[in-house]
Amino acid sequence: MANKDFVVRFAGEGGGGLVTSAELLAQVTAQVGYHVQTYVTFPSQIMGGPTFAQARISTDPVLSYGDDLDVLVAFDREAYDTHQEEVREGGVVVYNSEDFQLEADGKSFGMRIDELAKSTGNARAANMVLLGAISHLVNMPENYLPEFVTKRFTRGRSGDEEIIKANIMALSLGREEAKNSGFSLGDLADPMPPRGDQIMIKGNDAIAIGAIAAGLDLFVGYPISPATTILQYMERNLIGPGKFVYQASSEIESINAIVGGGFSGRKAMTSTAGPGFSLMSEGLGLAWMAEIPVVVVDVQRGGPATGLPTKTEQSDLLAALHPAHGDVSMPIIAAGTVEECYHAAILALNWAERYQGPVILLSDHALSEQAQNIPRFELDKVVAEKRKVYQGQNGYERYAGIGVSPMPIPGGPGAYVANASEHDGVGDTTHLPNRHIDMTERRFSKLKLLEEDAVYERENIDERIAVMTWGGSKGATREAYNLMTSEGSKIAWYYTMQLNPLPPKLLEELKEKDLVLIPELNYLGQFSSILRSKGVKAESITQYDGKPFKVRDLVKAITGRVQSHDKELVQV
Amino acid sequence: MSKKNPEYDFKWCPGCGDFGVKRSIEMAVEKRNIQIEAPMENNVVVAGIGCSGNLVHLLDGAQPFGIHGLHGRTLPVAFGVKMGNPDLNVLIVSGDGDFLSIGGEHIAPQAQRNLDVTAVIMDNAVYGLTKGQSSPTTIFGEVTPSTPYGKIESALDPLDVYLSLGVNFIASGFSAKPRELAELIHQAMDYKGFSIVHVQSPCPTYKDTFEVLKGNAKKEIAPLVYDVPKDYDSTDKQKARELLGKGGIPLGVIYQNPDAQSLDQRFREVSQKVKIRDLEAQVGAFAI
Repeated sequence: MANKDFVVRFAGEGGGGLVTSAELLAQVTAQVGYHVQTYVTFPSQIMGGPTFAQARISTDPVLSYGDDLDVLVAFDREAYDTHQEEVREGGVVVYNSEDFQLEADGKSFGMRIDELAKSTGNARAANMVLLGAISHLVNMPENYLPEFVTKRFTRGRSGDEEIIKANIMALSLGREEAKNSGFSLGDLADPMPPRGDQIMIKGNDAIAIGAIAAGLDLFVGYPISPATTILQYMERNLIGPGKFVYQASSEIESINAIVGGGFSGRKAMTSTAGPGFSLMSEGLGLAWMAEIPVVVVDVQRGGPATGLPTKTEQSDLLAALHPAHGDVSMPIIAAGTVEECYHAAILALNWAERYQGPVILLSDHALSEQAQNIPRFELDKVVAEKRKVYQGQNGYERYAGIGVSPMPIPGGPGAYVANASEHDGVGDTTHLPNRHIDMTERRFSKLKLLEEDAVYERENIDERIAVMTWGGSKGATREAYNLMTSEGSKIAWYYTMQLNPLPPKLLEELKEKDLVLIPELNYLGQFSSILRSKGVKAESITQYDGKPFKVRDLVKAITGRVQSHDKELVQV
Repeated sequence: MSKKNPEYDFKWCPGCGDFGVKRSIEMAVEKRNIQIEAPMENNVVVAGIGCSGNLVHLLDGAQPFGIHGLHGRTLPVAFGVKMGNPDLNVLIVSGDGDFLSIGGEHIAPQAQRNLDVTAVIMDNAVYGLTKGQSSPTTIFGEVTPSTPYGKIESALDPLDVYLSLGVNFIASGFSAKPRELAELIHQAMDYKGFSIVHVQSPCPTYKDTFEVLKGNAKKEIAPLVYDVPKDYDSTDKQKARELLGKGGIPLGVIYQNPDAQSLDQRFREVSQKVKIRDLEAQVGAFAI
């Protein structure tokens, strides 16, 4: 039977080469209609350090980055030692024999990668030598790669032809080498191309495009891994009449600047990661208190403090819910896939406009760097909401009553003071007990507006035990769920991006369950603790090693919890 | 708040210098509005935390927009307001604690950017609202509730700091001279770039420095403040350094850079120069 799915990892010393190799492999296979997903991890340094990048190629949509390796490309000894255990039974290791030698072990073969590249006259063709070798190992039709290379390097420049020739030569050299090694992984099943136009995009770019599609006007941010590429996308593109983008001097400046921008009538956003998010706490309180629409994207990394800047974790949920002192409850949208990054950004801007206050969008390191084929965004389907703007006379009480009220914009009527202190209707500071009661209730009442478009996923809803993950663990959890239910497991599936406020009906359904299992990448079990506080019998399945879940581990953990739950029932 | 708001219970102490600053701001804004035919709602007052920040609630007459934010963050908020809508006139009201202590980190970046806002800093060399603790401009050795054995750090020289950080318009005023101060604030608002009007605004409750500043011939106290000489060239940075090195507190425009472009002008220039793909084309760049 032909292979429907394979995973290739490139490992070695850091630098762009490994990532480029994985992304090229993803590109070439996506172009002929396979589904792909890449995964990258690297140390927090500019050059060098142990890095790996991998691509998973499948005939079906790819949900996770892949538990086991079909092919490991090891550029040095350390990479081989670190990763060879993850190569599956029957998998192949291609190693750089210019760097080290291995005894024949029935699964590895060496290639003089750079030497082969140089022999083509183009020393930069090393990636192509490898792709050629891989194409033999998985028995890829011979025409895919040369066609891809021809398309990629036809750029209307005088040297195009020479570059194409060298790269095609590199492909066939690699292919020959692999063929001579005698290794093969069998045939690759024909692709089942997805319908409609596809794009290959990473989570952070999808967030940036979603925000711009929703009408973002003003972006101020500070470089921080793994959120920086959002800032960079904005710096390149958020320019034009009425638009403004700037690199701030700190996250404190970022958050206060977007509050100023929101106050002046603009759709304003910043992006950051844990340490920056902590610095934004007080400013988020200001936006909540003064009722100013802003969006803060937190691309989570390992924490606390400086933590693990280039590893993934989902440990900012509690901080996102209550980032600031005093009574606050921040609206939170958590993206679970690259595609959801786009939709989450649109929803976040819409929510901010609708309820006139701050909204947190949570993503994570793994999503930020993960390239994936997804349907092309349908920009004409975007509904971009706009806040209600006050158009009446002066002498307006901007903060009167319960619920959201039209917001005056500087330059227009209804001058008021947007006040971080407790205030009366016009925004003057007050300390009266009744005012604080009324204003506190007013601020919380607005959250109701965010339940209007509550959506969530539900399957097998009659089962007593449910699995409900959140954020970037969605893919691996879904793959585990699919595997388990296909083998007869009796579990329900629930999922939503809207973590606060939770869709009320979802909450009602969850409360009915005997057990709700929450896979999440943190130590505390943050989401399950929130659900338990709302009366759901929730338990977390946690992992906190800086890496995403493996499907196999999830299947094992979920099965174990289900079994011990069943055992308890019998004992009762 | 144009009429008396019975619910608003904040009051400046009788004799507070901030009354004079408030009057000066009202005069300057009114003059500017008439001069350029701008409505009051085109003005935004960004207030910090402290006695000075409460000015935003105490203005008489037609009301500008206001934003009374966090302690120390007037400049970042003003940055967002101004770049959100460069047509607005943005005025910061802050004090020595809010602007120079907790907010000090924000001065340098806005100076380099030359953000076109005007900051009016009310310096009383004391934390008034928290009842008399030492501030960055409190002099060395001063006994306050937070320096009971005398302050053991030297006083910050704000004008010198502004000049060193590259602020492009620096003026020095005195709350007891509201007409002159109004003129300085008006000039600062007129200036296309980052302007600071640093005002001696004494606190009669915790640190009454009126006499020290104005002097008292009977008590043989020489005045600390003096007007900058009529022939002083405020466009010469070297002259400004020399002036500040002489001691005392000169009143007037200390320095103005006649050539600097403001941030919104620079940003607009870049915007007009670069060609940005429309969003559909941006998405298209990711096509497989």
